[in-house]
Amino acid sequence: MTLSPFLTRLIALIRKENRQMLRDRSNLMVGFFLPVVLILLFGYGLSFDVKNAPIALVLEDNSSVAREVVSGIEGSRYLVPVRTESMKQAEALLRAGRVDAIVRVPVDFARSQMRGEAKVQLILNGVDSTTSTTLQAYINGAIGTVMLRRLDRGTDGAAGPGSVTLVQRTWFNEAGISTWYLVPGLVVLIMTLVGAFLTSMLIAREWERGTLEALFVTPVRPLELILAKLAPYLVVGLIDLAVCVLTARILFQVPIRGSLLAILVTSIAYLVVSLLMGLFISGVTRNQFAASQMALLTSFMPALMLSGFVFDLRNVPLAVWVASQIVPATHFMGVIKTLFLAGTNWPMVLQSCAIMFGYSLVLLMLTWRTIRKRLD
Amino acid sequence: MEAIIDTLAKIFSLCRKEVIALLKDPANRVILIGPALVQSLLFGYAATFDLKHVPYAVFDQSHSAASTEFLARLDGTGIFEREATLTTSQQIAPVIRDGRALMAVSFPADFASDLSAGREAKVQVIFDGRNSTTAGAAAGYVNTVIAAYNRERGAAAPVVVERRAWFNPNLDSRWQILPAMIATLSMLQTLLLAALSVAREREQGTFDQLLVTPLTPLQILVGKAVPSVLVGLTQSTIILMITRFWFHIPMEGSVWLLYLGLLGFTSASVGIGMSISALALNMQQAMLYTFFIILPLALLSGLITPVRNMPEVLQIATYANPLRFGVDLVRRIYLEGAGLGDIAHDFLPLLVVASVTMPLAAWLFRNRLA
Amino acid sequence: MTDTPPSVVIEGLSKKFDGPDGKPFAAIDDITLSIRPGTLTAFVGPDGAGKTTLMRMMAGLLRPDTGTLRVLDTDLRTDPQSVQNRISYMPQRFGLYEDLSIQENLDLYADLHGVPLDVRKERFARLLAMTDLAGFTTRPAGKLSGGMKQKLGLACTLVRVPDLLLLDEPSVGVDPLSRRDLWQIIEQLIEEEGLSVIVSTAYMDEAERCDQVFVLNRGMKLAEGTPAELTKRAQGLTYVVTPDAGVPARDLQARLIDAPDLVVDAVPSGGQVRFIRRPDCDEAGFAQLLHDCAPEPREEELEDAFMLLLRQHDEAVQGSAITPLAAGTVAPPSNGNGNGPVILVRDLVRRFGDFTAVANTSFDVRRGEIFGLLGPNGAGKTTTFRMLCGLLPATSGELQVAGVNLRKARAAARARIGYVAQKFSLYSNISVYENLDFFGGAYGLRGSRRRDRVREIIRQFDLDPDAQSGNLPLGYKQRLAMAAGLLHEPEILFLDEPTSGIDPLARRAFWRTITSLSQSGVTIVVTTHFMEEAEYCDRIAIQDAGHLLALGTPREVRERSGLRAGHMNEAFIAIVEQARAAEREGQEAA
Repeated sequence: MTLSPFLTRLIALIRKENRQMLRDRSNLMVGFFLPVVLILLFGYGLSFDVKNAPIALVLEDNSSVAREVVSGIEGSRYLVPVRTESMKQAEALLRAGRVDAIVRVPVDFARSQMRGEAKVQLILNGVDSTTSTTLQAYINGAIGTVMLRRLDRGTDGAAGPGSVTLVQRTWFNEAGISTWYLVPGLVVLIMTLVGAFLTSMLIAREWERGTLEALFVTPVRPLELILAKLAPYLVVGLIDLAVCVLTARILFQVPIRGSLLAILVTSIAYLVVSLLMGLFISGVTRNQFAASQMALLTSFMPALMLSGFVFDLRNVPLAVWVASQIVPATHFMGVIKTLFLAGTNWPMVLQSCAIMFGYSLVLLMLTWRTIRKRLD
Repeated sequence: MEAIIDTLAKIFSLCRKEVIALLKDPANRVILIGPALVQSLLFGYAATFDLKHVPYAVFDQSHSAASTEFLARLDGTGIFEREATLTTSQQIAPVIRDGRALMAVSFPADFASDLSAGREAKVQVIFDGRNSTTAGAAAGYVNTVIAAYNRERGAAAPVVVERRAWFNPNLDSRWQILPAMIATLSMLQTLLLAALSVAREREQGTFDQLLVTPLTPLQILVGKAVPSVLVGLTQSTIILMITRFWFHIPMEGSVWLLYLGLLGFTSASVGIGMSISALALNMQQAMLYTFFIILPLALLSGLITPVRNMPEVLQIATYANPLRFGVDLVRRIYLEGAGLGDIAHDFLPLLVVASVTMPLAAWLFRNRLA
Repeated sequence: MTDTPPSVVIEGLSKKFDGPDGKPFAAIDDITLSIRPGTLTAFVGPDGAGKTTLMRMMAGLLRPDTGTLRVLDTDLRTDPQSVQNRISYMPQRFGLYEDLSIQENLDLYADLHGVPLDVRKERFARLLAMTDLAGFTTRPAGKLSGGMKQKLGLACTLVRVPDLLLLDEPSVGVDPLSRRDLWQIIEQLIEEEGLSVIVSTAYMDEAERCDQVFVLNRGMKLAEGTPAELTKRAQGLTYVVTPDAGVPARDLQARLIDAPDLVVDAVPSGGQVRFIRRPDCDEAGFAQLLHDCAPEPREEELEDAFMLLLRQHDEAVQGSAITPLAAGTVAPPSNGNGNGPVILVRDLVRRFGDFTAVANTSFDVRRGEIFGLLGPNGAGKTTTFRMLCGLLPATSGELQVAGVNLRKARAAARARIGYVAQKFSLYSNISVYENLDFFGGAYGLRGSRRRDRVREIIRQFDLDPDAQSGNLPLGYKQRLAMAAGLLHEPEILFLDEPTSGIDPLARRAFWRTITSLSQSGVTIVVTTHFMEEAEYCDRIAIQDAGHLLALGTPREVRERSGLRAGHMNEAFIAIVEQARAAEREGQEAA
């Protein structure tokens, strides 16, 4: 059996790229070890969920109402209240960063409560505004519950004015665990990382080491060079994907509600874009240092910042939103979160694949141009 | 005395050469300033947890004045924007699934009658939990609207929680993130610059020429570290300017103290970079090793998620992370107006990191060369 | 035979590049030539002659600006790929994949050229045997010596029989033994397979082996013809002269080369000086220059014709490439007196793991001497050299440099030596002044003293202080590196293969500087691949496989080799081969 010259050359080049990749330890560290570290860090280390937040309680009124409010706060499973003697002491604690908030029940709390204008003072450390906002909601909730209970007791049986209650259901992430959306997002980040950090070096390195000149004067075609450079890293990316999916499911119990096939297809589509992006940068810069900087700035940072990974795109100004739509990672991010948490949504998958295909085509042409076999 | 002046003069020569070589290349000048500029603007606008637009869908079975009034209150917040009005409950699923609405508000048919009868009237809200932080924040807003509504109807005990937020009165997440960037963004590049400084000379063959001069490895190290520290401080300054004058986030603390803190922080980063440089055999390795450690350092810094939310083991691990202390230090000085005494516990670990990594790098130079 | 088309046809070919100063310059300037198939053709010329540009254009890697270029009867403008399918090209820096083994590199190129498996087996065996690489097929290419890499590069380009083989300076930085091996391979293939080869080179002994030679300079073709035809141009102008007893040949050579209006070129050789007089020189001045020594005519060589052509062309287009430094312009070092050895090496050993790079080596270098360290690639001379400079600690043995024990006080010794690395190793992106200013500071020169020294050395070496170092022509880079090494007025100057990759003209100028430095009392230790350069040395040491094989004056070493006359090159090869044969016998006996 004889292969066509195209295949013979392609296989030879793939074998070469593969060997080069496997023989450099720093490559393997970034390709395999870094993703694992990231998964573990994201899975175990990063959480937006406020738990056991220390807060200072200053109880200046000793009435039963006031005590009830305090016990309501003490009963919250998210808060760890510390009783302090004086406001001064509490403020010192807040300033030192030992507590995240102060809840002060002022001297005239019971009296003003009778008048219907009771106030509880809440002082937050706004430096971490995310935590503070959450804390505020918890404390509001705890106090509200206490007062509602009092109201119920006081107005036994009698029909008061009806109240609205919220029956809240969160779809896709019932318990509201941030790991559930961080870990699928990490798939995007890791696929981007392989492209940005590994393939961005490939062509630049050959230019720097002068290996392309001899290679050009062979029957090799530019397309063969590009495909051969993609292949091993595509495998690396897929292994990383498998690791992500498995750890997400087994270690972090993130549900995988969509079909694995859909996850695989969309991931491959994005991976190709990410790798081609790296190759294109590599081909344009012809210099490893510049390539890595460019890749970091144009590929990795946008995937981290603008894809809706951590920061919700609903919150950004229009110009930034437009920019985010240009970033391929944004489209993949939406689909992969849906596939993990919501289930297979074929139109969304197809749309994403079509976008990725478009990007791949454009990047392939551009990369092709950068390694047309010429030195000038 | 003469010996000290002699040593300092030699180190100064090396520093000057490094700075000249760095600034000579126009591409370098862009790389040193551009990213700091672009990224701080990008982070300023994009990195926000503050929910400003919540598109929602309504499925109103009660068709009552009460439900209409409630919705008017939602819309009145300026945050909730009605995206769709649904006629059947089957329509809820696709509207959430496709991400057109972040939440769906349903009023049951008996909403108005329950309310007027003094019973609990239930509003059902379904949230898209694919970003649970966003969903949680939206739920918080809905709750606030409901509480105010009930209070006005006299249905809840009139307790007002008077909120005051220190250091960030509007709880703006930009205030939380941008000052931290003064440390974070400059670290990214100083680390890389330091890591490449020796690796590049090794690859280009100029390192031997440097080694045959009477400069000792430690002197070479210091001479290479100082310019990297200066670059770091310059980048910090750019981000500081943008934070202060573009985004108008008021600075509470002393500028001098901030720079003292940044000096400690940047020295620690450069120390780590130098150690990488001594370990790496070529530029590619230096870059990949830098990338390898930068992500964990950034994640474990408290920049995005608080250190306190991390498991115990990782919390201990953050003690080796200069960025953790750098972020805390800058936030404290910038937002809280902390004094020297307040930041001592951040500053000392940075000095420890710097004073461990620098000699380590010098030792590595000597022993890697042999 | 007459109807086979030429393998290369070039008509009115030009190619412009943007120079470092932003102005375009012609790398190839209106060249017309044609090359017969089945021949060995050489392009010779100094640096910047356009050899590499021409090679790259023939390989389809650069597009011509104007003119026609047909290779193997195909227009390269329209169809470079079909030419690339038929030719093999070995660039100056052959890009071997250093992390792949020898076998893997060969396999890759065989696959790319579509060499069938059955053909491949026999071909590989043959190539590996010819290149002496058969024993190391699993070794990564990065771990090979320079000569071995070059041979592997050649093997990779020859995995199949091309219709045309292009070799761009295949022997730059390669020692005489490997160079001879390379040429044996090429000649064997020409003979057995009727290969057409085009080679560019700066070595005249290589050009002499070719059927046809084109002399290029500044992008123009100066002359073409067979080596014999070209050599004739120097007829009647070549002489050899013996200096008076007690006068080193290099002093007489220096005097001759300092008189460019009388003498075209002069080189020391075997205690005598070979020179070319100008066709139009003034007889009286000539006699005065030679003092009483009587020149004897000698037979002209290709190199003589080459030097003559270049000198005439450079003068015609205004200003020579490199102005040699005049004697005595370099200040003598302020330190050092007495005549004891300045370098003392006793039982020096250096091991890397279980590999002994330098074994039990002892020698002295006397004050004011020019001491040459010679040896094939991988012989241990670089290791020895690095130990002498304090860049590498010795495993055992005694090492004293400038009276300082290197094992104890490396920093102190470093202040008293100057070092010029093999590759240009100053900072390319800063100016000449900034480089010198920095090294002045690093050597502890301060304030006005440093300014004065830098200004002085810039004047001495005729450098442009504002030029960016990386953009300097190779010869000037070499000067700058020497200037940096001499700023602090060292007692000893170490030069590691300073002339590797430099053309004959620049090499003359370089050695002129060295001899004048030596006259002013600086001790010089130099390594080189060019054996004829050993003639400039007072004493030389030849190393191979870590052992010192010969030590003495060039004349003594030549006598030891058993070859009384002839080139130093042959003496060197003979000594190394004798030692290797003895080693093999020793092993067989044991």
